[in-house]
Amino acid sequence: MKKAGIIIENVHLSFGQTEVLKGVNLDIKPGEFFAFLGPSGSGKSTLLRAIAGFGPNPKGRILIGGKDVVGLDPWKRNVGMVFQSYALWPHMSVRDNVGFGLRERKLPAAQIKTKVDAALDLVELAHLADRMPNQLSGGQQQRIALARTIVVEPEVLLLDEPLSNLDASLRVQMRRELLRLQRQLGLTTIFVTHDQEEANTTCDRMAVLDGGVIQQIGSPQQLYDTPENLFVANFLGTANILEGTVEIDGDAKRFLTKTGDSLSLPDGSGAVGTNIILRPQNISMSHKKAKNSLPGKVRHSEFLGSQIRYLVAAGGTEIVIDQSHRAGQDWFATGADVHLLANTSTAVVL
Amino acid sequence: MSQNSPLSAGLADRLPKWLVPNLSGLHIVAIFIALLLIGLLLVPVAQVMIVAFQDPATGAATLQNFVDFFRTSLFRESFWNSFYVSAMSVVFATAIALPLAYITTRFHFSGSILIQSLGFIPLIMPPFVGAVAMQLIFGRNGTVNLIIREKFGFDIPFMDGLNGVILVQSIHYFPFILINLSASLRNIDRSMEEAAQNLGSHGLRLFRRIVFPLAMPGYIAGAALVFIKVFDDLGTPLLLNVNNMLAPQAFLRITSIGISDPMGYVISVILVVFSILSLWASFLFMRGKDYATVQKGGGGMAKRTLKTREKFLAYGAVIFILLLVLSPHIGLLLLSFGTIWSYAPLPDGYTLQNYVTMWESSKTFISNTVLYAGIAATLDVIIGTAIAYIVLRTGIFGRKGLDYLATAALAVPGVVLGIGYLRIFNNFDVPFTGEPMASWWVIIALALMIRRLPYALRACMAALQQVSLALEEAAESLGATKRRSIQKIVIPLMTGGILAGFVTSFATAAVELSATIMLVSSNSDAPLAYGIYLFMQTPSGRGAGAALGIVAVIVVAIGTIASQFIIERDKKLKSPGDSH
Repeated sequence: MKKAGIIIENVHLSFGQTEVLKGVNLDIKPGEFFAFLGPSGSGKSTLLRAIAGFGPNPKGRILIGGKDVVGLDPWKRNVGMVFQSYALWPHMSVRDNVGFGLRERKLPAAQIKTKVDAALDLVELAHLADRMPNQLSGGQQQRIALARTIVVEPEVLLLDEPLSNLDASLRVQMRRELLRLQRQLGLTTIFVTHDQEEANTTCDRMAVLDGGVIQQIGSPQQLYDTPENLFVANFLGTANILEGTVEIDGDAKRFLTKTGDSLSLPDGSGAVGTNIILRPQNISMSHKKAKNSLPGKVRHSEFLGSQIRYLVAAGGTEIVIDQSHRAGQDWFATGADVHLLANTSTAVVL
Repeated sequence: MSQNSPLSAGLADRLPKWLVPNLSGLHIVAIFIALLLIGLLLVPVAQVMIVAFQDPATGAATLQNFVDFFRTSLFRESFWNSFYVSAMSVVFATAIALPLAYITTRFHFSGSILIQSLGFIPLIMPPFVGAVAMQLIFGRNGTVNLIIREKFGFDIPFMDGLNGVILVQSIHYFPFILINLSASLRNIDRSMEEAAQNLGSHGLRLFRRIVFPLAMPGYIAGAALVFIKVFDDLGTPLLLNVNNMLAPQAFLRITSIGISDPMGYVISVILVVFSILSLWASFLFMRGKDYATVQKGGGGMAKRTLKTREKFLAYGAVIFILLLVLSPHIGLLLLSFGTIWSYAPLPDGYTLQNYVTMWESSKTFISNTVLYAGIAATLDVIIGTAIAYIVLRTGIFGRKGLDYLATAALAVPGVVLGIGYLRIFNNFDVPFTGEPMASWWVIIALALMIRRLPYALRACMAALQQVSLALEEAAESLGATKRRSIQKIVIPLMTGGILAGFVTSFATAAVELSATIMLVSSNSDAPLAYGIYLFMQTPSGRGAGAALGIVAVIVVAIGTIASQFIIERDKKLKSPGDSH
């Protein structure tokens, strides 16, 4: 299959008076597995639908394989979309559903059959070809919807919350399946989700959206480790945000919290800002005071199995700390005075 | 019951157990209703069936009557005419309903509300009421043809013979298709359509391959209803003086030759068989085809804004259709206020005299109607509530049978029920007076009751389904007996639904003609619908007939609006306590 890149240039889109997309710019490489991640109402689905040609025409340019598709009817774009509800037509058999796009393209019947069989083989459901959609389980429907879309060999594959209608265990299995298929076909793929785990485990790069604006683009690790703003920091995993100021003393840099405690920052980091972001697993707790440690008091603890999650009052806020749990290990009691040691070499100041 | 009485308990001890089943009050109610339905629905219809297969002279079983039927050219003609008229009415009703349904569900169209409210107006008028008015507008010498003839020198036989029946029926019954088709179209998730567009489909091809097949179940349901209603209808052909159709033939045979003539019964069998066949066909077609695909968070069909040219086209089509649909009402109104209306586009002058005449001569008709429809509707909701409770809340053996039996009345044409009643009740005398029961006015009320029971039953079922079982159980756990908890908890909570059922039953029973026309034995016992029929027989009575028709339309309209209002208010009242 040919791989097409997608370039989105300054796309604005409004529903009546409400502006849903406010100047989106993106460059998705051919063959890339890309995710749009964001809370509901962030504009991620709207952006996906705009690429497929559904909804009002956006302002700006959307280039698929170098060709601007804005204003082009959906049926004239070679863009495959898998719908959140799967949208299998209940009056057609699985075979007819999968073959629909090929018949629209007026392919000879024999060729349609070969291609449909191949697509069904690819999703491992060849034995269900003659069933009706309502006789299939959710996971099977999902695969058929996928087969129906890829059988027409689209230039790009759009997946709108494809896993949201599946139960938890199936979701994990299905996302691996999706990744396998994407790698096998090498299709440029966009995956819309509000679930960070889904995005983290599948995509090469992702864009985090909020309020119709792209907050940050990068690989899952980049976004998690070096968020560019508080929204991204908070949206991807748990983030402790301590307010304060950065003090520069010659070469040495320190972060001073509201409570007057100081955390040293790595030399040469250019970070300036009023917030330091610390991930729960990057903080350790001890009864003993140490250099650069932050005094605090344990408020609450939760046993999560592999981890114990503590809520500690420190630095003028409540800090979440995850400590890995080993059998026989002592807990810090609620009310205990503790000292927090943060690994500031990886900390982000915003 | 038996355990409460020492006498029967003593007796029960001595008798074998199966002879004295342990019956509760609800069992007795169920048995009573079953007997009532058997006596008033099953037996009369069975009687009609039996007579159709009997030699009129000897009473021996025979198919001769059917052979005779199909050997008579008039009956063969009537059979094909009925079939033709029903099929063509479906075609024309579709032609009216399809564009309306499509425009309102697919486009942002400001006329949608207009269509949704005005589109249902035909249903508040019995078709036969508008038939004469239609003649005056579309007939050979009606408004439209007079104008066409003057301008173009030819005329169009809109109302000639069967054409008239088709026109009146399709205008009257198209809302059944409109309602069902619109609901189906609205229930199609937009992703169904978008998935097809995404795969390269669009325009008419997309409509034909995806949208219409998905809306098919709704369309078939509506079309089957239109077919049956038209096939069974007696009033419209009778008023248009089209007698070579099945229902009028049955009526004429029975009323002119007598109730021993087998042809009326043969026709009844054919009517019933066709009713059941079309219901069954639509059921077969729809089995396993629940295409309601709207998803959580999804919407119905994607609506598009019309371009200016399309807007003109859409408005043009809608206005034309609505004018056509409202023409019986407009005609009736003109006729009721007109002095003389003949060979003229409009009445010669306007007057209130028709209403005065109507009022002076129709008081009995109106009071009879209130009495009959009142009795029918009251019995309907009582029986409906009882059946609903027995079916939904008890495990009484054969409870589903009660539901099926009551609903089966839908498949029994009014003419057939009327003939059955005539046949059965002719053999019984009214207590004290000694005249045959068949000419007793109470029979009319009972026939109306059976005819409207399916509708009242649906309303009561719906009402009971909204009353959570926990509410009843709570009362019982606090010490209320079954009877008390039904009385104090269940029925008060069902009131809204029951009232809505009553109003609908009353309003539609008030204008029912096909069964009553068979059973009315004297003008003093006649209801409003029969009165309109009588008035419309003579040109001089038309004005007053139209005035009475307007009264009928107003009664049904008020009833429909009232029942909608009651249902809405009831919904609002119950919604805060609703957990979902």
